[in-house]
Amino acid sequence: MNVLQEGYGTLVGWSDPDRHRAWVAEHKSRALKDKRTTVEEAIGEYVADGSLIALGGFGHIRVSMAALYEIIRQRKRDLTLCGKTAVHDCDLLVAAGCVNRIEVAYAFGHELRGLSPASRRAAESGRCEVVAEISNAGYQWRFLAAAMGLPFIPTRVMLGTDTLQRSSAKVVEDPFTGKPICLVPACYPDAVLMHVHRCDKYGNAQIDGIIVEDFELARAARRLLITTEEIIPDSAIRESPQDTVIPYYLVDAVTEVKHGAHPTLMPGRYYFDEQHISEWLRLSKTDEGVVEYFDRYVHGVESFAAYLDLIGGEAQLEHLRQVEHLEAPLEAPWLEEKRR
Amino acid sequence: MTPEYTSTELLAHVAAGLLEDNSSVFVGTGLPVIAAMLAQRTSAPNLLLIFEAGGIGPQVPVLPISVGDSRTFYRAVSASSMHDVMSASQAGYLDYGFLGAAQIDAYGNLNTTVIGEWERPKVRFPGSGGANDVGSLCWRTIIVMRQDPVRFVETLDFLTTPGYLDGPGARERVGLPAGTGPYRVITQLGLYGFHERLKRMQLLAVHPGVSVEDVVEATGFELIIPDEVATTIPPPRAVLDTMRDIDPTGMVIGR
Repeated sequence: MNVLQEGYGTLVGWSDPDRHRAWVAEHKSRALKDKRTTVEEAIGEYVADGSLIALGGFGHIRVSMAALYEIIRQRKRDLTLCGKTAVHDCDLLVAAGCVNRIEVAYAFGHELRGLSPASRRAAESGRCEVVAEISNAGYQWRFLAAAMGLPFIPTRVMLGTDTLQRSSAKVVEDPFTGKPICLVPACYPDAVLMHVHRCDKYGNAQIDGIIVEDFELARAARRLLITTEEIIPDSAIRESPQDTVIPYYLVDAVTEVKHGAHPTLMPGRYYFDEQHISEWLRLSKTDEGVVEYFDRYVHGVESFAAYLDLIGGEAQLEHLRQVEHLEAPLEAPWLEEKRR
Repeated sequence: MTPEYTSTELLAHVAAGLLEDNSSVFVGTGLPVIAAMLAQRTSAPNLLLIFEAGGIGPQVPVLPISVGDSRTFYRAVSASSMHDVMSASQAGYLDYGFLGAAQIDAYGNLNTTVIGEWERPKVRFPGSGGANDVGSLCWRTIIVMRQDPVRFVETLDFLTTPGYLDGPGARERVGLPAGTGPYRVITQLGLYGFHERLKRMQLLAVHPGVSVEDVVEATGFELIIPDEVATTIPPPRAVLDTMRDIDPTGMVIGR
């Protein structure tokens, strides 16, 4: 194929498909075994300093916050993040100094809440290096290529733009149409952290509502760490196999963490905790505030249960359930600040 | 008597009026959601809303904070995936795309990545997100943004999302789907389209109380000004009330 253009962004997470197959053959067990463990052990074992990581969900939707806080607690360093619509997840990991390189589809923003003070400061000062740009579809198709065991996927996005120039994609002449087409390279993150509604002890996992790109990402992951609202019996999975998004052989670790996505949104269960996110947005305006936040909510708590007590316990969790179900109005302190 | 309205309410009203019933729209965060919801509740009850995280055909009850919010698949026909909606866009099922931007040029190219040099940005914005995908793949892209000479520029600091690139035929030459591109731009000053042959931005209408001179002054590139310039119609009371129902906390439309 005739290569017409090459993006000069850094290529992260790519592997020759045969090399990946060999890695899978050696490291991914097909045994139906109990994978229950603690978040502490799972992060300790599977997230090494310097790895490429990705989080499931959508930046502030269904993020495995329990696993994310543990990365911060264990003071992991020099991680590269797949910024595949990274919102609250990216902001915290960059602010904590765990992530210092990122490939960006969407990062440094909080959607309607505005820009993320802490991670944006890190990007503008060079503390966090943007290694490449890409689009949301482009990133998710990088995972699709990996999930399919292919070196790349052809797409019709990014063509003609600086986004492509700064990406790791290549443009070739499509042998069928003769038109230019953009090839996005496969991406295999070293570790992926994902929060789901339910799974069994083997890792067969079900997600309610939108899947976002977790179908592809789970299959692209080298190591897949799952936290779940609840662990259910294997028999329950077998009663509704059509609901399984992630089969067990993709999964390396399973931990039950109820409310484990707080303060991000868990579809059908609880809405964003805007009180808590507002506190983060306020404190993260300064480096001192960032330290204060992590001391209080990560290093200063002994367990996720203790963290949940700190954010308001049962009463606040019940309120978030009501907001999710449109039974209580949304209150967002950051709104007041935005209006000023 | 015309009720009082804010510029954001006017923008949303004008934007909603562009969306035809029984068409599909790829909706981005913020004002585009209000416009699409407003259209669905007024002139286009069968408007198919599609959100990048997988929400397909929802009846959005209240303004979502995120395009992946549960509200984006409330009473939806499908709670699907990004692969599904991006593929549908690539295959030609998306009539309208709806975007915001930090900078725009005369050809409707957009910047949402950086101000300053990419290596040493003065301001770092979130990047493409789904914007490049929407601008590449939807048939007609509508852009909603604030207008001033810093945002309406001759040369972008970074071309995140393709408009007509450097002119007629450029999109097809680089391999983008044929027949796609920017369709309308809506700002606090007026409504714009793109010249049929030149593919450069042209003024279509000004908002009430805005002059053509105001528009030219707020534009950092040469705008095509036709002989006939219309004036947009402000939102009636009922539309303003509907908007208040959509965004009760005033997250986007203000208070």
